[in-house]
Amino acid sequence: MKLRLSADAIRLLIPALSLTVLLAAVFWLQPRAMSYVGLNLLFNLAVPIALATIAQMLIMAVNDLDLSMGTFVSFVACVTATFLRDAPLLGVLILAGAILVYAGLGVVIHLRNLPSIVVTLGMSFVWAGLAVLMLPAPGGQAPDWVRTLMTAKPPFVPMAIVASVFIAVIAHFLVMRSSLGVLIRGVGGNQRSVERAGWSVVYARAMAYGLAGLFAVAAGIALVGLTTSADANIALRYTLLSIAGVILGGGEFIGGRVSPIGAVVGALTLTLAGSFLSFLRISPDWQIGAQGAILIVVLALRLLLNRIENREKGR
Amino acid sequence: MSALARLTRKPWIWSWIAAFVVWFATIMVTGGASTLGLSQAALTFAAFSIVVGIGQMFVITLGPGNIDLSVPATMTLAGTVALKLMNVENGMILPGLLVAVLIGVAVGIANYALIKALRIPPIIATLSMSFIVQSAAIWTNRGLRIKPPSVLADFTTSMTLGVPNVALVALLLSLLAWVLLEKTIYGRWISAIGQSMAAARMAGIPVDGVRFVTYVFCAVLASLAGYLLACFSGGAALNMGAEYLLMSIAVVVIGGTAVAGGDSNVPGIWGASLFMFLVVSMLNTYGLGAGIRLIMTGLIIISVIMLAGGRQPGAR
Repeated sequence: MKLRLSADAIRLLIPALSLTVLLAAVFWLQPRAMSYVGLNLLFNLAVPIALATIAQMLIMAVNDLDLSMGTFVSFVACVTATFLRDAPLLGVLILAGAILVYAGLGVVIHLRNLPSIVVTLGMSFVWAGLAVLMLPAPGGQAPDWVRTLMTAKPPFVPMAIVASVFIAVIAHFLVMRSSLGVLIRGVGGNQRSVERAGWSVVYARAMAYGLAGLFAVAAGIALVGLTTSADANIALRYTLLSIAGVILGGGEFIGGRVSPIGAVVGALTLTLAGSFLSFLRISPDWQIGAQGAILIVVLALRLLLNRIENREKGR
Repeated sequence: MSALARLTRKPWIWSWIAAFVVWFATIMVTGGASTLGLSQAALTFAAFSIVVGIGQMFVITLGPGNIDLSVPATMTLAGTVALKLMNVENGMILPGLLVAVLIGVAVGIANYALIKALRIPPIIATLSMSFIVQSAAIWTNRGLRIKPPSVLADFTTSMTLGVPNVALVALLLSLLAWVLLEKTIYGRWISAIGQSMAAARMAGIPVDGVRFVTYVFCAVLASLAGYLLACFSGGAALNMGAEYLLMSIAVVVIGGTAVAGGDSNVPGIWGASLFMFLVVSMLNTYGLGAGIRLIMTGLIIISVIMLAGGRQPGAR
């Protein structure tokens, strides 16, 4: 019991440590960021990314990969900025339908034994097409309640932090503490043994995809709440960001080994890396490159800590 | 009959059937008027996806999680640097090509160094690498658009005996890839690694060496495609590789290569690349808007994979 606990703790320690180091570096470069407003600005855009990362994590928990995350979040953003504002009922129906489509994808992928990469790749075209149909040019407007929610100013702690903690806690209970979460991770770990134990793998996969759709919908709505308007290409980066966030947070591609809290921390780290670079005044040419370098450094750190973990185990 | 049955069991046949159906559907609409033009355009544009797709196929064959996401950035960097070096002079064509290949080798080495030294999953390693390579491309390009040398521009845009030259280059590279994959020990090795890395290691296959060579090969093919594409389109652009990220993965998988690795084929890449281009041009011919076109493309990809897929239990 003690050993397991420490392994889990170390899995979480690495993302937490990298976030702390980055945060310290940002504060050192720009002490004014160490305030309510500063923190909110730093982490504002992390909220939708964190939600998308959780969505990607759920799919990775069943050993699949979602390459349509970015276009799907863009699609949701477009729905939010148009239908959800002008015809709320229709908007809710569309979003609910989209979540059902996600669950359906899980069923189809399982029943026909299809590679999830290709199916989601195909779906990414579909979502992009629907988004373009709705908003051929950037536009639309965020519904007022979304705007109010995302720009709320709770006392003492900025909204971005409150929301991130909230997301992490919900995802943690859903994935690590509920029986459904155990089932989903079990499918990732050993699908055949879950099947033999009498569980329905189709159900687990459908739920994993459906929940992922739900979180991705939340990501799109949150994004529009921040940007106030939408565009069909608004969130294309999210596909790769969400995968990187899961990995940074200690998740793995196969084996159902994921960490919801880690995923949120990973998303925060990725967002902070961007701010850190602009504070460093790196030439814009090298901003993306430096982001890649930070990713590499963090992963090298993880390797180092994993080595320490293994050494402890060996004793 | 048995020959036909054998044929339908080939994993690449579906992409060819799909490509042919779409080709036929397009020609029917135009009344056969554009048959030659359409075929030549398809061969030209498919050639780039074929070259990139072959490299990606070798990497995907290595097993689950092996995907090279640095392909678009490598294409862009190779294209920009080569054109800058050649500086519109015909005498510099070979040095330019050499530099493009060297860039590919360098990116490939860096990719595998990250994967091996830091034990990062290949998707994340190549993704981080692609950020750095993309930055290097932005830094060298500086918004300049240098024209390719005239001889090279002519070569990439013209035809020999009615076949586009770039398609001939793609054919040569495909033959090389086919020989590598089917006739050499190296091809057996990558399939073996894709099926079970542990078993391959125990069988005495130099796993690290083979994976290393494969990542370098993929990056070199990407840089070659970047070089050709930059010359074909009259100059390098910073976003010129962008669409080839998903395209390279799509053509590999639609072509019947197992995403779980260990089972791949070259002909499928051709069928799938032609198919991907023909779908877009068919929908264009029908005069559909961008939104509908995207939706149709997605649905067609999914239908093809549903028809062809489901053959390998446990595939990702």
